[in-house]
Amino acid sequence: MKVVVDEEKCVAAGQCVAAAMDVFDQRDEDGIVVLLTENPPAELADDVRNAAAVCPALAIRIEE
Amino acid sequence: MSEAETELAAPDAEIFDYPGARDRACPFAPPAGLRALNDTAPVSRGRLWDGSTPWLVTGHAAQRVILSDPRVSSNDKQPGFPYPNRAMAENAPHHPLTIFNADGADHTRIRRMMTAPFTRNRMEKLRPEIQRFTDELIDSMLAGPNPADLNAALSLPLPSLMICALLGVPYEDHEFFQEHASLATRSDKTAEQDRVAMEALGGYLAGLLQKRMEEPSDDVISDFAGRIKAGEVTLPEAVMLCMILLIAGHETSASMITLGTALLLQNPEQLALLRGTDDPKAVANAVEEILRYLTIPALGQRRIAAEDIEIEGVTIKAGEGIVVALPAGNWDPAAFPEPEKFDIAREARHHHAFAWGIHQCLGQQLARIELQVVYGTLYRRVPTLRLAVGFDELRFRRDDALAYGLHELPVAW
Repeated sequence: MKVVVDEEKCVAAGQCVAAAMDVFDQRDEDGIVVLLTENPPAELADDVRNAAAVCPALAIRIEE
Repeated sequence: MSEAETELAAPDAEIFDYPGARDRACPFAPPAGLRALNDTAPVSRGRLWDGSTPWLVTGHAAQRVILSDPRVSSNDKQPGFPYPNRAMAENAPHHPLTIFNADGADHTRIRRMMTAPFTRNRMEKLRPEIQRFTDELIDSMLAGPNPADLNAALSLPLPSLMICALLGVPYEDHEFFQEHASLATRSDKTAEQDRVAMEALGGYLAGLLQKRMEEPSDDVISDFAGRIKAGEVTLPEAVMLCMILLIAGHETSASMITLGTALLLQNPEQLALLRGTDDPKAVANAVEEILRYLTIPALGQRRIAAEDIEIEGVTIKAGEGIVVALPAGNWDPAAFPEPEKFDIAREARHHHAFAWGIHQCLGQQLARIELQVVYGTLYRRVPTLRLAVGFDELRFRRDDALAYGLHELPVAW
């Protein structure tokens, strides 16, 4: 699994961090998404898919 | 009138009058007529308070499409915009550009000035403080007369304490804020009352911003004061942004506590499940289901089409108003099987109680943690909590209130 985030689209809702905190974080200065790992391990795959699904700005793309 | 014209005119009579009237026997559920649209048309015409008939988007999937479409605008100065009430229609020409009515790059610029204090991690750090405020408010309620009004004892003061602490508004000014913020979220306010409340809040915030430009401290007002000094925003813009932070999370969160408690007391088996769990994830899940079930922002999201948009077999023409009926999306059986079933264990995270798209609620992580703390604390600390009046005596807010809820919740223990 490969994760791609779009900082331009991100609206800092924080949904991805709530869903998968080992994969996503937010910048302190404006809350914009920070990708902690591009290739998350298999055991986090469901959380990451969930994070992409709840992102209101559709800023997370997953390449399986 | 020809027969053909009669036939064309006939369906008009069946246009749903949004937001509709709830059934007093089940005041937690969206109006039956609104729910019925989920079975017939996910996008249809609805009639508003002023007689206008914008598009009404009720289906969950259609709501996601509309709220994610960059051709759908939030610009409330365009003719045809579907205003929630008369006061907002009359004041719209004077509304400055804010996160609510800005599109595209303007929206991104403004929103990013407001997001820093609300990151998930910063909100998690507030959890102990939220727990302390919650415990103290419950202590005070239990020490006072029994029965008491939960709305006044806990629901209203808690969000107010939190947002004021976050912003850096001195505690002694809370009462002033509560009064003006309450007025600003009422639908029966006049345009004049709206202006007076806004001016009073604005004057106060301008004074505070100027003070923090001289003597900054570690809070959001000081952050905005720094941005004014750096030339990133003007003083009036900063006042408006702080005002939005103050008002937006106030009655909505309070209503979730009061109305959520009424819902749980009417569903004792669900309340027992919630009270019996030690698992923070189960409590967090319950919060999502209560958000879905009650959908406090019952008037929905208001938009206007900037271009023609094809959706669900209809064409929304450029310049036509769009109302995204959030309660209907959250009770759409295609997204939430048996939506009338209140089930705190259901998967409900995809609800639209905070809306969807780039305008999704900025303060949602704060709201979530407040609600997790309250729902995880109140019913365990006060296991005998019960309604102090008959259910049919509860006074629900008007169906056209910006934030649905109860005027008060008399409880005993």
